[in-house]
Amino acid sequence: MAADIAGARKTPWLLLSPSLATISLLLIVPMLFIVVYSFWLRTATGADQVGFYLDNWIEVLGDRFYRDILFQTLLIAFYTTVICALVGYIPAYFVANTRMNSKAFLLLLLMLPFWISYIIRTMSWINILGTSGALNTLLMSIGIIDDPIQMLYNQQTVVLGLVHYLLPFMILNVYVSLDGIDKNLTEAAKSLGCTGFQAFREVTLPLSLPGLAAGSLLCFVLAAGTYITPIVLGGPRDAMFANLVFEAIVTQLNWPLGSALSLVLLALLGALVVIYTRYLGIDQIAKSFK
Amino acid sequence: MMSGWSVIRIATILVYLFLFAPVAVVILLAFNANQFGSFPIEGFSLRWFEALWNNDAIVRAFKTSLLLGLLTAAISTTLGTLAALAMVRYDFPGKRTISTLLVAPILIPEVVLAVALLLFLQYLSMPKSFGLLLMGHVVFTLPFVVLVVQARLVSIRRDVEEAAMSLGATPVQTFFEVTLPLMLPAVMAGMLFAFTISFDDITGTLFWKPGGVETVPTQIFAMLRNSISPEINALGAVMVIFTIALPLVAASIARVMAMRKAGTSK
Repeated sequence: MAADIAGARKTPWLLLSPSLATISLLLIVPMLFIVVYSFWLRTATGADQVGFYLDNWIEVLGDRFYRDILFQTLLIAFYTTVICALVGYIPAYFVANTRMNSKAFLLLLLMLPFWISYIIRTMSWINILGTSGALNTLLMSIGIIDDPIQMLYNQQTVVLGLVHYLLPFMILNVYVSLDGIDKNLTEAAKSLGCTGFQAFREVTLPLSLPGLAAGSLLCFVLAAGTYITPIVLGGPRDAMFANLVFEAIVTQLNWPLGSALSLVLLALLGALVVIYTRYLGIDQIAKSFK
Repeated sequence: MMSGWSVIRIATILVYLFLFAPVAVVILLAFNANQFGSFPIEGFSLRWFEALWNNDAIVRAFKTSLLLGLLTAAISTTLGTLAALAMVRYDFPGKRTISTLLVAPILIPEVVLAVALLLFLQYLSMPKSFGLLLMGHVVFTLPFVVLVVQARLVSIRRDVEEAAMSLGATPVQTFFEVTLPLMLPAVMAGMLFAFTISFDDITGTLFWKPGGVETVPTQIFAMLRNSISPEINALGAVMVIFTIALPLVAASIARVMAMRKAGTSK
């Protein structure tokens, strides 16, 4: 009997060990390694000088170039998140309050973009906004313009691409928390004299804030870490922080500098995640998988 | 005056149009006969699909992606299902920490994860390889499998297993005869998730892939550098049809299996 209990105590660890080993070896240890690595120096000959040098950190934190791009990255992520929240709330509200059979269909449609290739969805904006794209062709055939306008390759199209990519995340998260609200609560508010809008503002909106927060966190973190969208839809001056990391690591082969750059990004976004989990708990995000 | 609800309905339709317009345009252009493959639409043609089929680079990339996706799904689903079982079925000290650790790869920006793994393995003198690509894909698909399987596992009732054990089945027998068949839809869902995420990944893949190896997304990305060629639209159309068909096929298989089971139990 005692052996049974000891066995039962070991079982979960036995089941967990392959995953934990994988995550430790391929994630935790490498993360610790780049922390150490960021204090080494890449010498002109290409060899790494082991030691404790602050040079990379001084460069990353002191150089205006890096600071500007970091600021620009956060700004793009912020715009994306705000637009996703504003644009995403309405369909989430509609899906949560619509009849049962169209609800299932609308939810299925919302899942579809997750299955459709991200690079295809991003690139397709060139088909729409490019000089020989749908919009220019349409405007020229109506006669509003004579020559195609260049609408692509600026900060707005980067934000557009990101909103298009991240909107389903926002809608699903808001939907999950709207759907969990007891309909009797709004009815009760109305019977006590609230107008429909007041009931929404005083009851529904506050109760949906956890979903809105979870969606916003996801949108912000994913947007701030983007590497592909600014290359495909942005101009030469629209580089984001992840592009700098790629430059440092793959093009310049300055791995210690690349380590420091990645850690800056991690620290900023990690701080957001930590603040979020302190107040709301990570479970909210896990909910949207159900 | 329009009621508030119809305003909301129209806004919802517009948002859905926004979400699907680019995909619709890709499919439309893929069948376009225009010699540059761009607007205006000049008739129906399959020439871009033919060009796609004859493009060796794309066909090679497709094979690489398929192999990588299948291996990733197999490994990550095995690891993730075991972990999900432990999380749902057992209570143990430190469960919250473990739970955070299991989703850690989602919380860390993919670029950072990619850099860390790449530099660590390069430091150990392991060159960029298909193996590195596979390891990377397993790490960041694992949390999705854990979350998906966990969410569906909760709904499987414990008493069925207890009934089997009280009737004399060993724990191992119970697992294979009772738990696994009940879990199968959850495991399939996890596998599908892992495959799709791996098949679609580009950021990590660009860091990890050895020179000369391309997956479908990196191949598309490389082709975009020049200009958007109509073959890419054809490839996009194929992928959209493929990725929409896959879950539908999986869902109908699950349905047939469920119906068969219902049939035999009568």
